[in-house]
Amino acid sequence: MHLHDFWFILIAVLWIGYFFLEGFDFGVGILTRLLARDTAERRVLINTIGPVWDGNEVWLLTAGGATFAAFPDWYATLFSGFFVPLLIILVCLIVRGVSFEYRHQRDSERWQRNWELAIFWTSLLPAFLWGVAFGNIVRGVAIDQDKNYVGTFWDLLNPYALLGGLTTLALFTFHGAVFTALKTTGDIRHRARVQATVLGLVTAALAAAFLIWTQVHTGNGWSLAALIVAVLALVAALGANQVGREGWAFGFSGVTIAAAVGMLFLSLFPDVMPSTLNDAWSLTVSNSSSSPYTLKVMTIVAVVFTPLVLLYQGWTYWVFRRRIGVQHIPAAAHH
Amino acid sequence: MDLAVAHETISRWQFGITTVYHFLFVPLTISLASIVACLQTAWVRTGKEKYFHATKFWGKLFLINIAMGVVTGIVQEFQFGMNWSDYSRFVGDVFGAPLAMEALIAFFFESTFIGLWIFGWDKLPKKIHLACIWMVAIGTALSAYFILAANSWMQHPVGYRIDPVTGKAQLTDIVRVLTQNTTLVQVFHTLTAAFLTGAAFVVGIASYHLWRAKQGKETDRRKTAAMRTSLRFGLAIAVVAGLGTAISGDTLGKVMFEQQPMKMAAAEALWDTQAPAPFSVFAVGDVSKGHNSVALEIPGILSFLAHNDFSSEVPGINDIAAAEAAQHGGQPTDYIPNIFVTYWGFRLMIGFGMTSFVAALIGLWTTRRKFWLAPEHRTGEDEPPKLMLTRNREMNVFFTRWSWRIGILTMGFPLVANSFGWIFTEMGRQPWVVFGLMRTRDAVSPNVSVGTQVLGLCTLTALYAILAVIEVKLLAKYAAAGPNTDEKPPAKDPTLRGPSDEDSDQPLAFAY
Ligand code: HDD
Ligand code: HEM
Ligand code: HEM
Repeated sequence: MHLHDFWFILIAVLWIGYFFLEGFDFGVGILTRLLARDTAERRVLINTIGPVWDGNEVWLLTAGGATFAAFPDWYATLFSGFFVPLLIILVCLIVRGVSFEYRHQRDSERWQRNWELAIFWTSLLPAFLWGVAFGNIVRGVAIDQDKNYVGTFWDLLNPYALLGGLTTLALFTFHGAVFTALKTTGDIRHRARVQATVLGLVTAALAAAFLIWTQVHTGNGWSLAALIVAVLALVAALGANQVGREGWAFGFSGVTIAAAVGMLFLSLFPDVMPSTLNDAWSLTVSNSSSSPYTLKVMTIVAVVFTPLVLLYQGWTYWVFRRRIGVQHIPAAAHH
Repeated sequence: MDLAVAHETISRWQFGITTVYHFLFVPLTISLASIVACLQTAWVRTGKEKYFHATKFWGKLFLINIAMGVVTGIVQEFQFGMNWSDYSRFVGDVFGAPLAMEALIAFFFESTFIGLWIFGWDKLPKKIHLACIWMVAIGTALSAYFILAANSWMQHPVGYRIDPVTGKAQLTDIVRVLTQNTTLVQVFHTLTAAFLTGAAFVVGIASYHLWRAKQGKETDRRKTAAMRTSLRFGLAIAVVAGLGTAISGDTLGKVMFEQQPMKMAAAEALWDTQAPAPFSVFAVGDVSKGHNSVALEIPGILSFLAHNDFSSEVPGINDIAAAEAAQHGGQPTDYIPNIFVTYWGFRLMIGFGMTSFVAALIGLWTTRRKFWLAPEHRTGEDEPPKLMLTRNREMNVFFTRWSWRIGILTMGFPLVANSFGWIFTEMGRQPWVVFGLMRTRDAVSPNVSVGTQVLGLCTLTALYAILAVIEVKLLAKYAAAGPNTDEKPPAKDPTLRGPSDEDSDQPLAFAY
């Protein structure tokens, strides 16, 4: 195996990590409107992800940084080509980050309500837009011979990509509901389970349509296998949720995300960004990657540090393993 | 304006705005993380309440600040691809490596442990909780190191070759990139400057509270105790860091005289090569004529700054520009950066930063508690200090008032110095984005339209402006409120095994 193939896999893993982790984070943000009934419940939801959202977001930064280092042309084409959607995502991530930190800094009800609204919208938009972005990457976009995207913003809003956006939106919300059922206690936990069922069914319909479309359009044997895993995992997640096995349900919704994202990458390979203008202009793992020396250096760094990151991030989840209910929320949030 | 120029100009404005903005929070984050860690260590070791209150207080301000540092950092990571795609293609092989290392090694570290620190007060054993804030402090310093290694490579490319086929830079020696002298000195200078910044911030806020206590407007003695300790600690750090900043800055200057003589000549508005070269105190340049119309100079000093020798030759702007034009083609004027900005940026950096250092030096002496002080002038640790000039002599009322005010007013000086330092560093490198290898105008994204770029610039600038207002108000509110002395340290030390049944319905010690 070439090192650039290994890095393709590694970048897929980083994106899977990002969508797995920030997926439920986004979902929980969206559920602050769908599920929570009052401020106390909204705070329960926010606090289930309070200690971890920042670390989850770093998976994105690492995916971005790793793409820059291992596939500079992919990074350049993708980020300059998708300028406007990325700008919207950036604005959302900025506002979202400060919302968590600033919501409780003042007692004014209006202040807190505004930040809560911000949390909802800035979770919803990226959850949708990441799907749109990946839909476009897999489908291919207008890339010229200089590796530059020459289409417009509106070209990115094609039906296939929009379906991709709805799929990630539903999937992340479902994942968030399952996570909420796992991390909360009391009334909200039960309602989360009920909502998870509904969200899971919506997800199943959207995901089936999107992934089958993908398979027909660009699929291969490997991607078909991933598709089947994704579907089975989603069914298993729904079943486990139904019988109240919350840990299993969360595990399976995670597998669904991993398999679905994995499928997108498998159907992409060996391209990283296909061109719709001319096959010869597509970016591939070999024509957009860094030199072997850089890849070797980065491989050593990744092999040493990725397990370490998994270890201490995993430990964080263990430290904060206790379920949270409204009784745990202190009255006023002064510190 | 023609299109290529508009492209470059807008991208530069956007990068300048977002990066200078990011760097308003970064130095505070770097230094406050360590300062809070030190205070918490003092609390864990001595059990004294004043340290606990100080930890909580500065920790609170630290968190308000780091939130902005983190979210503005995300923009930094994305915009190389969005606005500078040709740059990314050209340097990615070299430049991407330290950036990816920063994310994988530093950002994960700091973001994970900050979560543990914020929410871990009632979940982690005291010592492990303390270790978490130290991890954050190490993480911030590491992230500074990696990003500065990347920046240093732009200032002075090493450990690479140009691929004969693609014409792009290719990494050949990562160790050189990470350990070249530009990197090491830049890291040293930026970190010491960061500590000066945090120290001045602490001194300013502590001065505010102590001055109020002195005037009788604040009677909570526990608050005064926490602030007095903070003041002394801040002053000590400011003196050490200020000294370190000056030494490292001088070293960095010598490195730059070698690597980018144009930048340093521009910093001095030294138009013609001179031996010995004078240090310019004030100058009004005339770019079109290539000389200064007004100048005030101290002979020999610049030679010393450049080479540790009062009479050595220092090359001037005109000669360097001619040499660069001969080497790279074009007109000599193409190679002259904006002299006004570099000249004054350099002076304002030193001026603002060193003012804080001198103020801290004086403050450290006048607020001493025991050393060379008559016993009747000593004050208790929960009283505001007297400002003592000599053994028996206190400052008069007028100077006392102004001393405290200066402490408050110079609070943001090093922050300003940092911004000018970076503006000088980056603009002094122009027209190059990677010195000697790539021009800034060739670095932009060719496929992003000017309209889209303007959208990006306006959106981010407007958002940043709004957030700045919110952030400053929040900081001011909590800084003015001072430590919450009603808060008690956790009564028992949690074990790692987790909560026992009896306290499973206890409210969280910290919740969003
Ligand atoms: C509190 C802030 C502060 C203070 C008091 C100083 N500096 Fe500084 N300086 C910075 C903050 C800074 C900075 C913002 O951190 C920079 C930008 C790039 C860097 O590495 O540090 C910088 C850059 C910078 C550079 C350009 C480096 C480059 O191009 O890579 C030089 C030559 C100096 N400084 C020299 C000095 C000298 C001789 C000082 C006086 C004693 C001094 N600085 C005080
Ligand atoms: C954090 C401190 C930094 C500040 C305050 C800063 C400031 C600036 C400013 C003001 C500009 C605009 C220059 C001009 O318009 O002529 C600029 C340009 C730039 N800087 Fe920096 N910079 C910082 C660090 C970095 C680092 C660490 C990197 C690399 C990793 C970097 C890369 C660039 C690039 C790519 C440009 C655009 C090209 C240019 O106009 O020079 N900067 N920076
Ligand atoms: C001298 C220049 C810089 C230094 C010393 C620096 C340092 C830091 C530090 C200490 C943080 C931690 C949080 C905080 O700021 O409060 C941070 C955040 C961040 N910085 Fe910068 N930065 C610099 C410039 C840049 C540049 C040019 C980039 C672009 C690649 C960048 C990318 C980031 C990112 C992505 C984060 C968010 C990390 C998180 O979520 O914890 N920084 N930076």
